[in-house]
Formats: sequence, structure tokens, C-alpha cells
Amino acid sequence: MSSHYEAPIREPLIIGEKSYHDISVDVGAPVLGKANKAWWIVFSIALVAFLWGLGCIIYTISTGIGVWGLNKTIEWAWDITNFVWWVGIGHAGTLISAVLLLFRQKWRMAVNRSAEAMTIFAVIQAGLFPIIHMGRPWLAYWVLPIPNQFGSLWVNFNSPLLWDVFAISTYLSVSLVFWWTGLLPDFAMIRDRSVKPFQKKIYTLLSFGWSGRAKDWQRFEEVSLVLAGLATPLVLSVHTIVSFDFATSVVPGWHSTIFPPYFVAGAIFSGFAMVQTLLIVMRKVSNLEDYITVLHIEYMNKVIILTGGIVSIAYITEYFIGWYSGSSYENYTYLSYGAATGPYWWSFWALITCNFIVPMSLWVKRLRRNIMWTFFVALVINIGMWFERFNIIVVDLSKGRAPSGWAMFQPTFVDIGIFIGTIGFFFVLFLLYARTFPVIAQAEVKTILKSSGQKYKRLRESGMSLTGTAVDERTSGKYVSDTDANQTKNNK
Amino acid sequence: MSSNKKYWKSVEELNKNSSIVEALKQNEFVEEIPTDEFLGNKDTLGDSSTTRRDFLKYVGFSTAAATLAACEGPVIKSIPYVIQPEEIIPGVANYYATTIADGYDFASVLVKTREGRPIKIQRNTLATANGGANARVNASVLGLYDSLRVQNPRKEGAVVSWDELDADVIQKLNGLKDSGKDVVLLTQTFASPSTSRLISEFKARFGNVRHVVYDAISESTALDAYQAKYGERALGNYDFSKAETIVSIGADFLGDWQGGGFDSGYSKSRVPQQGKMSRHIQFESNMSLTGANADKRVPLTSSEQKIALAKLYSYVVGGSVSGSLPEGVEETVKKAAAQLKKSGSAGVVVTGINDVNAQTVALEINDYLNSNVLDKETPIKSRQGSDKEVMTLVADMKAGKVGAIIMSGVNPLYTLPNASDFYEGLKNTELSVAFSLKEDETSSETQYIAAAPHYLESWGDAEIKKGHYSLVQPTIRPLFNTRQFQEALLKWTGNDMSYHDYIKDTWGTSILNGSSFNQALHDGIFIGTIGTEIEVKAPTLDEKKVENMWTGDAAKALVASTKTSALELTLYTKIGMGDGQQANNPWLQEFPDPITRTSWDNYLTVSKFDADALNLVNKHVSNGALNGSYANVTVNGTTLKVPVIIQPGQAKGSVGLSLGYGRTAAGIKDEMKTGVNAYKFYQNFSNIQEVTVELAPGEHEFACVQLQNTMAGRDDIIKETTLKIFNSEDSEHWNKVPEVSYDHNEISVREKNADIWLAFDTTIGHHFNLSIDLNACTGCGACVIACHAENNVPVVGKNEVRKFRDMHWLRIDRYYSSNDTFKQEQEDLENLGAFEPYSKVEIQSYENPEVAFQPVMCQHCEHAPCETVCPVGAPVHGKQGQSQMIYNRCVGTRYCANNCPYKVRRFNWFLYSENDEFDYHMNDDLGRMVLNPDVVVRSRGVMEKCSMCIQMTQKTILDAKRDGREIKDGEFQTACSEACHNGAMVFGDVNDKTAEIVKRVQDDRMYHLLESVGTKPNVMYQVKVKNTTES
Repeated sequence: MSSHYEAPIREPLIIGEKSYHDISVDVGAPVLGKANKAWWIVFSIALVAFLWGLGCIIYTISTGIGVWGLNKTIEWAWDITNFVWWVGIGHAGTLISAVLLLFRQKWRMAVNRSAEAMTIFAVIQAGLFPIIHMGRPWLAYWVLPIPNQFGSLWVNFNSPLLWDVFAISTYLSVSLVFWWTGLLPDFAMIRDRSVKPFQKKIYTLLSFGWSGRAKDWQRFEEVSLVLAGLATPLVLSVHTIVSFDFATSVVPGWHSTIFPPYFVAGAIFSGFAMVQTLLIVMRKVSNLEDYITVLHIEYMNKVIILTGGIVSIAYITEYFIGWYSGSSYENYTYLSYGAATGPYWWSFWALITCNFIVPMSLWVKRLRRNIMWTFFVALVINIGMWFERFNIIVVDLSKGRAPSGWAMFQPTFVDIGIFIGTIGFFFVLFLLYARTFPVIAQAEVKTILKSSGQKYKRLRESGMSLTGTAVDERTSGKYVSDTDANQTKNNK
Repeated sequence: MSSNKKYWKSVEELNKNSSIVEALKQNEFVEEIPTDEFLGNKDTLGDSSTTRRDFLKYVGFSTAAATLAACEGPVIKSIPYVIQPEEIIPGVANYYATTIADGYDFASVLVKTREGRPIKIQRNTLATANGGANARVNASVLGLYDSLRVQNPRKEGAVVSWDELDADVIQKLNGLKDSGKDVVLLTQTFASPSTSRLISEFKARFGNVRHVVYDAISESTALDAYQAKYGERALGNYDFSKAETIVSIGADFLGDWQGGGFDSGYSKSRVPQQGKMSRHIQFESNMSLTGANADKRVPLTSSEQKIALAKLYSYVVGGSVSGSLPEGVEETVKKAAAQLKKSGSAGVVVTGINDVNAQTVALEINDYLNSNVLDKETPIKSRQGSDKEVMTLVADMKAGKVGAIIMSGVNPLYTLPNASDFYEGLKNTELSVAFSLKEDETSSETQYIAAAPHYLESWGDAEIKKGHYSLVQPTIRPLFNTRQFQEALLKWTGNDMSYHDYIKDTWGTSILNGSSFNQALHDGIFIGTIGTEIEVKAPTLDEKKVENMWTGDAAKALVASTKTSALELTLYTKIGMGDGQQANNPWLQEFPDPITRTSWDNYLTVSKFDADALNLVNKHVSNGALNGSYANVTVNGTTLKVPVIIQPGQAKGSVGLSLGYGRTAAGIKDEMKTGVNAYKFYQNFSNIQEVTVELAPGEHEFACVQLQNTMAGRDDIIKETTLKIFNSEDSEHWNKVPEVSYDHNEISVREKNADIWLAFDTTIGHHFNLSIDLNACTGCGACVIACHAENNVPVVGKNEVRKFRDMHWLRIDRYYSSNDTFKQEQEDLENLGAFEPYSKVEIQSYENPEVAFQPVMCQHCEHAPCETVCPVGAPVHGKQGQSQMIYNRCVGTRYCANNCPYKVRRFNWFLYSENDEFDYHMNDDLGRMVLNPDVVVRSRGVMEKCSMCIQMTQKTILDAKRDGREIKDGEFQTACSEACHNGAMVFGDVNDKTAEIVKRVQDDRMYHLLESVGTKPNVMYQVKVKNTTES
């Protein structure tokens, strides 16, 4: 029995010769252990940024939207740019956990937890903007169809902003439920491993009484599948509806039929870029390199290439169709000659560079397996996607139909402060998550651990004895030797 | 329609014999309420029990309810009339006819008062004298509620009583009687018969009295020329509606030239009727409102204008003059002359050159043409100042020859170029009194400030043009302890009469000729008999000896007086600020200049050519706002540091600067102390000065409401054609309706199939449309201020305007062409090379661009893009054609404004009322009295926009309904259409088939702004036609 056939194509998704126990320990470590200095430093910075942003929000609400840089022509700028950017970022999580679940992509298991956490935190940031950008945010509840005594007042179902309200809130709630469902066995694992009574009590509550019985697992699988089915259309619908904010308007550059698919692709593009940004750091900091491998990164880079390609084609289409229409109103849309040579040339070219040119490098296999390069590209894409939304909103609005209204936009410290504040808030949430949640879906990851074959192969190849490893002597007799010391070492 | 409708509560009532109805008439309930049944039986009542839990619930609920009920909303006290004044019905406006005659603006107006407060100035449609209510007149109501008004008479800054002031003045005047020193009355032009009579009585009483009339902006040369020619110190009255050819050499006659008010006549001649309209040729140095409206505009420096005028004279009348003109201009002058001759008596020449000879030449040409545009019967009396007398006075004062000076309506320390001389002279007088509304530059230096009332608190009369009298009546009891100049003169001459009685007396004896004073007061105007008392010295044409009349002496003298200098400064006045007496009026400060679209400033206008030579630059900073270099401008040794605007169409070698800015007095709020005082350059009362300009350090921040100056080659914004094409071609060639593809065919967007929306039924009830004739609109901006006043539009201040956040509901866009004409600009875009930048059509031509104005307010689209996008449905569609905005419902997402193709929605970025950050009239109780109670003051965070003055149309409908009558055409008005004295804006109900608006809708020139978007606006425009035919 010299050898059986081994498929050489698939690299293992978990490396480092992990056992089930190893996984439990590795995943539980950040939660059960103490935070290191680096965590505290980063957390403090994020907290300060968050508080600064909070101050800016309070200033805005108490004084008026006038503290932003908006004007009578450009009545949305960073607010909605940030909103769309954060919503876009919030797209990777559900795609990874729901769509890849349905497609049985096992590699999702290592990244889905954090991607979903990122989704939820990003959607929270996104959700802030539609509220604080209102002139009278204390009346924000008027956008909800609540029966009221104001007379025959009702929300306007024609308005894409109202669709946003439903789309975003649905997305947030479904994502949250899906995330929590996946967390149950992992919370239970933490509960079982924690020794501090208070911690134990908390995780007992969070795990909803998970017992690990077969029935639990069966229900778990079923619910996961149902929720995946529910969440999948949401991946497409949320950004489609966000794109309707623009596509259903009459603003040149906004009024575009390709917006829905293009926005969805752009969202996934930016979402994966953000996942890359976060996980490349996290795998290092939380010692998860064995679970989030170069292979995972490469897979995600491939998604980025695909969605980035769709986005790039959309850019070209927009540019071409605008020119081809021959309409003088299309001369200055965000993807036009007018924009490329106009006062916002820098943001036009920032968009093209960040979203079109730089991601092209990922076609090179060596680069897409290069962690540092991937990290750089991911950052660039994050910036580029922000510029995409900025261009769509500000550049398109700046040169509308009536030339007398043409204007420019300049952010104030409040605009910038609120944006930085949401980044701070996002990282505050994410850092807290990294310290309190099982950041890897350990229960799922354990299902793909090649615990037997891999180990035997290694032992066999290193010429060691298989004694005591529960091998059947009838099949592997000749590898069973009595040097048990080595075997225990391997089995730690 | 009144009716005796009977209202019924239920069907049962229709049944006449119903017992229930009978029973209900007597009782509240049909059957008795069986209270006894459940309360009568004491036994069972005792059995019912309340558990402890229920009891606590009741207590909890009652406590909570009582607590909530105790919360009080803000209490706004309103005090009812104990005795209701006659004619005042709360909620119903009263109108009074009166007249503004502040020395600069003369106009008959109608004042709208609500609950005794004047809140709006409208034009008096009965008025026959020139001068509709312009922007300044419309804004003048705010001056009444100026928080910095002088509220009591003052002596050396301390409050005194009028008795004390009277005693002091009379004593001083009596003391001066035999001192040999003069008592001087230095006043504005009153043009008031009663005041003239009063002053002569005052003179008789004190003997040594000299009356000097001082116009801050002098028309002395024109008055002199007119006097020399027609024997009367007055100004020519031009009725441009009769003109076929208008040649203007440096005359901004749509602005304030010679008293202003010529624009309504001009507009009449500009609307093509039966294929004809006037042709207007303008030679000027600054780009003026008039030049912007001209069919042909020739940029020319002031000295060249003199030569052009002389040449025009020679081409029209004959003779030859020396002097040379730039290339091509000579030809234009020749053509203009030919055209004038062809038009004959329908031709007219006007000039703004501040030179007696120039004015004479113009009068002579008109005389030669026998122009019927110049109405010699009724010359204008609204300027009577004499430069010479003012100069003499200043010299006399300095020499100590003046014992007392009493001033009214003038501010010489601000408006005199040699203010320091006047200041010295003022200190030499023994008595100085200034009747003033406020502590201005002059009154703060006089011994006494005689607190004067606003004209809306005063009595008075005026003869704006000869024989056309008008009355001034108070529309509110004086707010402060004030007394008007005439009242004081009466007192000081020992006359016990009130000025009201005095006017009545004057009118009764010399004006009314038996007509009713009350009727005149009601109408505000009275047309007296003309020509009976004054003999017209000018000979009639047949009497004239041609060879003697037109010697050409004046023309020759004009050329001889021409001296060329490297750079000439032309001082001008802005339509929004005039002579500067209303500088503390935030509406006018925020009013953007029609040409530069800049508010809160004056500036040096420089041609691109000169700016490049002098290294002066204009640039847009990163938020789009305009910055300009500073220049040190020196005239005759006086230097001012002035910000620079590079003005397209400015004649090379000329610069312009507007008067009326740079106020410094204590009576002006710091926010309004804008610009520089150009009166320092107004030497010898000449608006043309030799000047040197050099770059100064620093950059000035301008507040512009429009940053893009061209239409970038777009063709459905302002549509324009020429008279020739208009007359010879079908409208589809010059007013093409945009098309869309339907079933692979191009169909007009007005067709039903072009619409994806269900149309509203607009045929029932009223359906309002507003038409704006771009030919009749001169861009004067009266509508902008009228809208401000009617709709409580906030003032946001210079910094906010600079941030592009002005709140004007109605704006007047001004576009320059990037090439010589708009047509060429569109062709340029059409033929633009593949990689040629759009700047070719984006940047205005600096040489001599075409200019066009377009008032834009909410277009009230039938398919309004704003209405569909609001998540809470705050913009809703009205049944009468309005796109309405429900402020209470607005949460402020601003999506509507983004989606508005016309960019007419305005957002309340901050709280603009009762906020110290915006210290304008809405921040003090006095200023808030001007607010229109029919229109809500919007809070922060709310979108607002033009409502098509729904409060006005509703009022009309309700009045007619109450009276049970049909509404006549013309009754429906908006603030802007009412203010438009040029007839450009017509508002009405298109379902009234007799209405004027219906004709406008069906007119060939009708088009909608950005019609290709398919919004179906209820506002329409009439294609601008230019008369480019040269003969």
C-alpha cells in the first residue's frame, strides 16, 4: 500500500496541524485571555476618534446642517458618500456567509464570522448618516409608516429614501439574526471553557442554552440554510435600492439604468477589500494565520478581481454612453470628459487609479498571494470606492442642468470629524468584538479539519509509529511501531 | 358664489316627519341615558370592588395624565383690540397710496398694512409718473423697522425734548438774523410744492436764509443743458415705449440715469408686436443693466463716448467733427445714425456723459429728429441740485460765512468728495441740525440730530414730473419720538398748522383746482393741468431756423474737451444700492447685482485686458467662491484699496466703481459696513475720473450667487432668436420643442405619449400659470425684493452667500456668451473637437459677450421631480398648479433639492430668525414687524421655495367667494408679477379663457425651461428676440 491517490489541487484550508482542541484554544484565547498593550492603544485611538465624531454630530444637530460644507446646489456630499460607502462595505459579510454557504464554499468558514461582524458594524455606521443628515433628525421617525394622529399623513412610498429605510433595516436585522445563529455553538464553547463565574453567566445567556445535542445541530443547520436563503436576495437588494436613490432621479449622472448591478458589484468589491484590510491585521494580531491562510486571501482577491472587473466595465459603459448620447447635459457627469478635465479632475483620477488600475495587479498570481500587496490594494480600493461615491454625489451635483447653479463643495472640519468618528466607532465595535466574540466560526471550522488523514500521512511520511493513534492494525499494521514518544509530541 | 346651503347631519333629517329629529331638537340624546339603572341600585354598587392592583393602575394613570396635562406649550400672548380701530380687521390687509421721495427714489406706491403695520410696498398702478417701484423702493419698508433708527431728538449725543430743541434753534436763528451770516437749508430734492412754499415762508421769516438743494448723485449737467435749451430746470422725460431706435451713449437708463424709471416704457417697445420692436444700440464703458439689454453694445471708454456722440451728431445733423474712434466703432456710429434718421421722430438719443455739452448734443439730436420719445410737456422734477451752489456753500462754510445749517435728507459727510472741507465748515457754524433717520456720517457730527420719521410715517407731497402730483401719507403712527423737517419748519416759522393741514391748504389753493383732496389722497396721485402756469420756451419745429439751431457748437466743444487718459474710472450706481442711503437695509445688501451677481460689496470692474496688464486676478477657491485681487485706486491724490472683479464687456482702458457703499456711521450695523466709499472719487461731481490702478496685496472674498457665467452651450435654458428669423420663420426653427423617442419615432415632449406619468386633471377650478417674457424683463430685480418682503425670505449674510447658500426664492440668472453670441456658443459646443476641453464654452467671452437675464423661481412642475423623492411626502402637488411645500412635514433630507433640475429649492441651514449669528431684521422685535403674517417663518432644517404666492391667490379666491362673483383677469397676482412694472411677468388662471395668460400660453414664443426633462412646468418663458437688423 505504497500510496493511494491524493488530489494535489486543493491546498488545505487549515494549516499548522491543528486538532479540535487546538481550535477551541486558539479561538477562545482572545476572549478568555487578557488584552495586550497594542489592543489598548488601538482601542484608545478608535475611542477618541469616535468621541470626536460624536461631538461633531452633537454640534451638527444642535446648530444646523449649515456647519457642513453643503450649499444650495450640492445638498448631499460626505454624508451620503459615507452612507453608501459603509453600506457597500457591509456587503461582504452576508455574501460570504450566505451566498458562499449555498454554494458550499468551505473556505468561507474561516472568515465569515468577522466578515459578518464587519457587516453589522458597517451597517450601523451607514445607518447613522440618513438620520444625522436630516435637517430635523428629531423627526426621523416620520419616515416610518407609523399610524399617527397628524391627520392623513403617511410616508411617501414613491421615494427611494423610504425604500432605503426598509432595505437597510431588513438587512441589518437579518444579518444580525444570521450572525447570532452562527455564534450559538461558539458562544457555548466559550461558556464551557470560561472559568470566571460572571463571564460564564454572560456566555450562558448569549448561547441561548446551546447543549450540543444532535437535535441542536440539526436545527442549527436548518436555520442556517433558511437564513442563508433569506439573506441571499438581500445581498442584491440592499445596494440595488441604495442605487435607486440615484437611478430614479433626474440628475444627469445619477439617472442611469446600470446603477443597480453596478452598485451591487461595487459593494461586494469594497466589502471584500475591507474584509482583507481587517483580516490581514487580525490574523496576525490574534494568531490566526493557520486558519486564515494565504489561500483564503487569494480566494478573496479573486472575488475582488471579478467584482472590480464588473465595476470597471460599468465605468467604461457610463463614460461611453454619456458621450454617445450627445446630450450636453451628460458632458459633466462623474464619468465624462468634463469631469476628467474639470475642477474635480483629481477625484476622477483618484477613482480610476484606485478602482481600475491598481486592482488590475491582482491578475498576477504572485501579487495576489502577497499579503503586503493585498493589504495595500485593499486599502487603495477602500479609498477608491469612497471616491466613487463622492464623485457620483458631488461631481454630478456640482454641474447639474442649470449652469447658474453650478458650484463646488468643500468639507468643513465637522464633515471630516463625523467621517473619522464613524471609522472610530466602527473600530471600537470591531475591537470589542475581537475581544469578546469567537472571531472564527470554530464549530464550522472543525468540520473541515482534516484531522485523520493529514496526521497519518505526516506520521507515516516522517517514518514514525502510528501506535496509539487508534489506527487499525489490520490496515496499517506496518506503520505501527512502539516509539510512542514522538507520537505524543505530535498530538499535543 | 354665495348660497344658502342647508347643512344636515344625518339622512334622518331629510325625513320631515321623523320623531327622532324632533326629539333631538330638544334633547341631547334621543333616549334617556339609563343612569339610574347602574347607579341607582345602592346594594349592587356596594358589591363592586376595586382590587389593589386596579387601584394602583388608576392612580398611576391619573397621575401620569395629570402630569402630562400640566405641561404647557409656549404661551404667545395676543392681545385683542379693546376698541377695534375703524377699518382694521385682524387678518385683512389695508392698502394706502403714498409716495416715496427720498431724494433719490421718487415713486408712487401702494403700502400694504396688516393690523396697522406697513409690511410691503407695491407699485401704485394708477401712477402716471415715471418710476415704478424698483428694488430699492420695494425694500424701503424695512427702513421703517431699522433697529438703529434715531428714536429721540438729540443734542450733542444726549436725548433732549423737542421743546428744548425748538427753543434752542429759534433762539439761535433769531440771534443770527442780523449777524450777516447765512442760515442755510441744505436739503435733498423734495420736488414738493408744499415744501417749496414752506421754505419760502421760512426764508421770509428769517431773511438771511439760503436753500441749497443737494443731490448726492448729481444730474447738474443734464439739468443745466435742459434749462439752457428748454428754459426749465428739469430733466427730460423719455417715453421709450414710443421709440423705434434708441441710441444710448453711456446712459444707464434702465438703471438710475437721470432719476431712473424709464424701464417700463422701454420694455413695452421691446416686445415684438406685428413684427416690430425697437432697436437699442448702447455705447458704454462699464457693463450696465442697460448695455446688457441692448441689441448691440459697443464697449467704449468715456472719452471715446464723447467723440462717438459728437460723430453721431455729425452723421445725423451734419457738420464734421474731428477725433478718432477704435476700429469698427465709427462704422457702428454711422449705422446708428442712419437708423436714427430712418426712424425719424421715433428715434431717440440719450447720454450719461456728465458734461453740459454732451447733454446738449443729445438734446439737439432729439430736437433735430423731432423725437416724440422726449416729452417736453412733462419734464421730470426729481433732481434739482446744483453742483455750483453746493461747492459755493462748502467754501462759504469753510470761510465762516454760514451761521446755521439745517439739513434734511442729505448726508454730505458721506457723499461729498471733499467731506473734510465740509467737516471744517460744519465746525464753523453756530448751529447745525440734521434731520435724519439715523446717526449717519453727517448727523453724528452735527449739534442736533432731529430724529426724522420714515416716509411711511410722514405727510408730504411731490411733483415727480410736471403736473403729476402725488401725496405722501402716514401708514402707521410714528414709532418713535420723531418729527419731520417740514413740521419743524412750520413750528420754527411760528405757524401752528400741522403739515397735513398745510399740504391740504397748498393743494386746495394751487393744485387741486376744485377736485377732491380725499380722492387724491386715496389715489395717491393727482394729475393737474399742465402747461397753464409754465410757458414752454422751446419753439415748435416750423418756427425753428434750422441753420441756427444746430450749429454743432456743443458737439465741437465736446470733442475739444475730450482728453484721453490711460485709464478712466466711471462711477456708477447699482440698482440695488443707489446712492447708499439705504445701506443698512439687509435686503438690499443681500440683493445680488444683476450684472456681477455679487452681493454685499462694491468693487472695481476691470476689463480682462487691463487686468492682465496690471496683474489683477479673479479666481475660484476650492469651495467655488470667487476671490479677487485688491487694487490701489488713485484719483487725484486720493487712494482707496478696492477689490477687483474682472468684468466681461468692460471697455479696455476703463474701470468702474459703484457709489453707495463704504458706510461707516454708527447708525449702520457692522455687517452692513461693506465695500468702499467711492464718493471720495466723485470729484467735481463728475462720474468720469482719470485714475491710476495698481495691484495691492491681499485677496478679497466675494459673495456671489452665481459662479458659472455661461450656459455651456445648452440650448433650452434661455432661448434667443433675432427679429429677422422671428418674423420670417416658423416657430419650430427658433423655438423647437424638444423631442423624445416613442415607438422609434421622435415625438414632441408635449405630446401625451411622451409622458410616463398620469397627468392631473387641470381643467377643473383654477389652474395658475406664470409667464415671463424675456424680452420685457430688464433684470432690474424689483421682483426679487418683492418676493423677499412677501414671503419672509431670510437674509443670511455675506459669509453664507459666499458659501452659496443665499435664500432667494426668486433669482435672476445672468448668462454671458462664451463667444460673441449665444448661438455661436452652441455651435462651438456642437463642433468641439474630441479632446478639446469644455472650457471653450464654459468661460465667458471677456471682449463683449452677449448678456441675457432669466428670472427663475420654482417652476411648479406638473410632474415635479421633488415631489416623488421625499420620504415623508412634504412636497405635494396642489390642485391649482402649484407644487406645494409643507414646511411642517419636512424632515430635511434635501433629496428634493438635489433632484430639482432648476435648483430653486432653498434649505434652512441654520435658524435664521431670532438668532444672534444672523443679526438682521429677523433678530429683533422691531425688524420682525415687517414679517408677513400670512406666511410662516421657516425654522431650521426645513426646505423652502417659491409657493406661487398661494396666500395671495387664496385670498383672491376667498374674497370672490364671499362676494359671490367671478374673478376678473388680473386679480390673481403673485408678489413678483405684481412688482414687475415692465410687464414681463404675467400671472393668471389658464382656465379663465379670457385671461392674458392664456394668450401667453398659446404664444409662439412660449417655451418651458429645460423642457426636455419632461417636468411640465406651470411657469413659462417667452423666447428672447433681439433686433439685430442694421440699416
